[in-house]
Amino acid sequence: MQTDSWIPLFPESASSFSWQVDALYFYLIAISVAFMIPIVAAIFWFIVRYREREKFATPEEIHGSIVLETVWSIIPFIISMTIFLGGAVVYYTQYRPPDDAMQVYVVGKQWMWKIQHETGQREINQLHVPVNTKVKLTMTTEDVLHDFSIPAFRTKADVVPGRYTYLWFEATKPGTYHLFCAEYCGLNHSGMIGSVVVLEQDDFERWLQGNASNQTPVEQGRDLFENKLGCASCHAAGSGQRGAALENIYGKEVKFVGGGSAIVDDEYLRNSILNPSSQVVEGYQPIMPTFKGQVTEEQLIALVAYIKSLSGVDASAAAPSAPAAPAPAPANNMGSNSNQGGR
Amino acid sequence: MQNADAFNPSLMREPKDSYLTNGYSIKSWLLTKDHKRIALMYLISISVFFFMGGLYAAAIRLELLTPGSDLLQSATYNKAFTQHGILMIFFFLIPSIPATLGNFLLPLMIGAKDLALPRINLLSLYLYWIGGILTLYALMQGGVDTGWTFYTPYSTTFSNSYVMAVGLGIFINGFSSILTGLNFIVTIHTMRAPGMTWFRLPLFVWAHYATSLVMILGTPVVAITILLLAIERVVRVGIFDPAIGGDPILFQHLFWFYSHPAVYIMILPGMGVISEVISNFSRKKIFGYEFIAFSSIAIAVFGFLVWGHHMFVSGQSIYAGLVFSFLTMVVAVPSAIKVFNWTATMYKGSISYDTPMLYAIGFLGLFLVGGLTGLFLGSVGLTVHLTDTYFVVAHFHYVMVGGQVIAYLAGIHYWWPKMTGKMYSEFWGKVSAMLVFVGFNLTFFPQFILGYQGMPRRYASYPAEFQVLNVFSTAGASVLGVGLVMPVVYLTHSIFAGKPAGDNPWMLPGLEWRCQSPPTTFNFEEQPVVTWEAYEFGEENGLDIEEARRSAGRPVTV
Repeated sequence: MQTDSWIPLFPESASSFSWQVDALYFYLIAISVAFMIPIVAAIFWFIVRYREREKFATPEEIHGSIVLETVWSIIPFIISMTIFLGGAVVYYTQYRPPDDAMQVYVVGKQWMWKIQHETGQREINQLHVPVNTKVKLTMTTEDVLHDFSIPAFRTKADVVPGRYTYLWFEATKPGTYHLFCAEYCGLNHSGMIGSVVVLEQDDFERWLQGNASNQTPVEQGRDLFENKLGCASCHAAGSGQRGAALENIYGKEVKFVGGGSAIVDDEYLRNSILNPSSQVVEGYQPIMPTFKGQVTEEQLIALVAYIKSLSGVDASAAAPSAPAAPAPAPANNMGSNSNQGGR
Repeated sequence: MQNADAFNPSLMREPKDSYLTNGYSIKSWLLTKDHKRIALMYLISISVFFFMGGLYAAAIRLELLTPGSDLLQSATYNKAFTQHGILMIFFFLIPSIPATLGNFLLPLMIGAKDLALPRINLLSLYLYWIGGILTLYALMQGGVDTGWTFYTPYSTTFSNSYVMAVGLGIFINGFSSILTGLNFIVTIHTMRAPGMTWFRLPLFVWAHYATSLVMILGTPVVAITILLLAIERVVRVGIFDPAIGGDPILFQHLFWFYSHPAVYIMILPGMGVISEVISNFSRKKIFGYEFIAFSSIAIAVFGFLVWGHHMFVSGQSIYAGLVFSFLTMVVAVPSAIKVFNWTATMYKGSISYDTPMLYAIGFLGLFLVGGLTGLFLGSVGLTVHLTDTYFVVAHFHYVMVGGQVIAYLAGIHYWWPKMTGKMYSEFWGKVSAMLVFVGFNLTFFPQFILGYQGMPRRYASYPAEFQVLNVFSTAGASVLGVGLVMPVVYLTHSIFAGKPAGDNPWMLPGLEWRCQSPPTTFNFEEQPVVTWEAYEFGEENGLDIEEARRSAGRPVTV
């Protein structure tokens, strides 16, 4: 997302007030440089020009100067007031949601964002919004403090248990932007990330209808898995993985916490999405929320197709046949054993 | 000057037993009432804590070398940054200069035999040890993962780590801080030598006076806060957790009401050291003495009114945000005044490049960056974007490490000959000062850029686009680490193999240079009488400069 920014190492600027924050930033950089240069130059000039030429010399005494003291008290004060006023104006824009904004509801939970649109559409760790539309988020949390932070929009707000906090923005550029939890919230704080997807008005309408596009079930499933439902935030291989690894599990046997086992098949996968706590695999915590009511049957089919494809099983194959050749287990720092075949 | 002879110990005098040689038994140390021995025990203790906090810092920087959480898992990483913060803030930064240099030098500088309350001083050391050991015990048992801020309701309801033990450790340690502050205030009021008027006090003493005010007025609040946290965590009385009727924002108000002024507990003594070093190593009276002295007091007072700037995005009202932003801008002015006066002091001076001065010049540059980026964070509209990002991490490390730790190192080098009677290697001192400066900037400057890009704090893993700057940061941290370990080596070496420093190696006028090095147990053989203003370097002030030039040539040798 840094690729098309006009200054390297400078974040994308994509909301109606982000330019104001950037302007304030550059104003402060200019002031800092204007202060640094004369002071640092003076320091260097003095330490060279007035370096010790004779051991234990006694240079002439200079007492203070009330004029200088007054000048260098008042000038910084005036400058600091301009900084205060600039900040106040921007803050007023950032933290006063307009009345005519589109409503979105956000609930934070260790460690995911649950989002619901007014039209009833639900999302996890992802927020779809139309471009050039004011959006107001009404936020709370089920457990601890979180913070809904969108750097590209130059805004954030803490999400506080027991009360609502509000955030608003008007995205100005279609694209996908980082969504971070910026208030430390425990174990998987750094995994509580997602994205804000800004769509053109038409695309947003289509998205609301659930009309993805002409995708195959596997592509559609991958889209759901990685983007729309946020499955990947727990199930993707690699760092931060808390959910069961899904690579090469299809057709294998899994053991459950509290006894019992099952062969991974379509029905098992579907049930795991809808009733995850009913069959927790050994080595994992019962932390997955139910997706019942959030996914349609069509989407379930696509998801199952995608998960099967991770085991090298063609989506059209009806039943598990010969298991795929055992691939090396993916990096799994949770110490789990569930992705072993067990046969 | 009629008193010159009394303060100018000649080389002919037989050295008396110093505070170091006055008894060698363990009991003579553990039951000592000598402020210098207590200071030395503090010095060793805080060095241990600094080293441990540094190990956590190393683990954090290594983990952040790559975007994934591969070296440390989230659970371990969360404990690492929490414990880094707790050890560094409560057990290193807060006691660092006051409890070591302040303890050692305050009586010497004002011409007193000891602090006003020597037993209380020893008690404060024991409280520090008890608090520290309790905290270390908790860390060994499994540690704590709440962040050093202990934000509720995570700390009261959700965290399964050793919150109570660490909280108790900090609670007890707080009393050590209160007692030190109390002792300093009483000492400065009642123990000044004849002629040592308030405006003849070295600025180091003024800075400690301001610091002590904050310690006494602020620390009880954090003690109360920890107590309330304990009540909620143990007996489930709803104070901070909304699930049982509390308010999590209340905790933040109480916590920052202490912890923001605590920032000034950490930086004010450092400013005092810098005032001393810059004036003495420019051999020039400090520019604007009264302005520097009263700016310390102003910082201490206004420091109590700005805690809300830690909570701009926490859900407090926007009007509260505006008021706190305004007050934050006001508190920036006294710091600016200090920087201008330090710079002006060097004008037409006779500036030596000895190690303490190199550190002090480094301080000026780093504190400038730290202070100016504080304006970024005080400007409320900008800080909505910057809060909880690496910009904040960079800013407070510039103030706490670039400011306080550098000032501490400047002070340790400056007064080392007085504390030990030995000279350290000037060559290695300069090398370490350079390494610390370069390593520090390489570590923390990239974090400003990361912060504006939006990289959040306290993340064990991060999006890959942030990696390059994190690699710079980790590389810088290794340079910084080497620079910080070096003084431990050459300073320790100097104790055994260093050249004798003499009583006044730099021919300076302060009272601490007019007694033996290392000082005797009661500091001065006769009650000194002060007849000069602070920072007067002339021969008429009792300094036998000709003799020093003749006999020593250059006492500071490699």
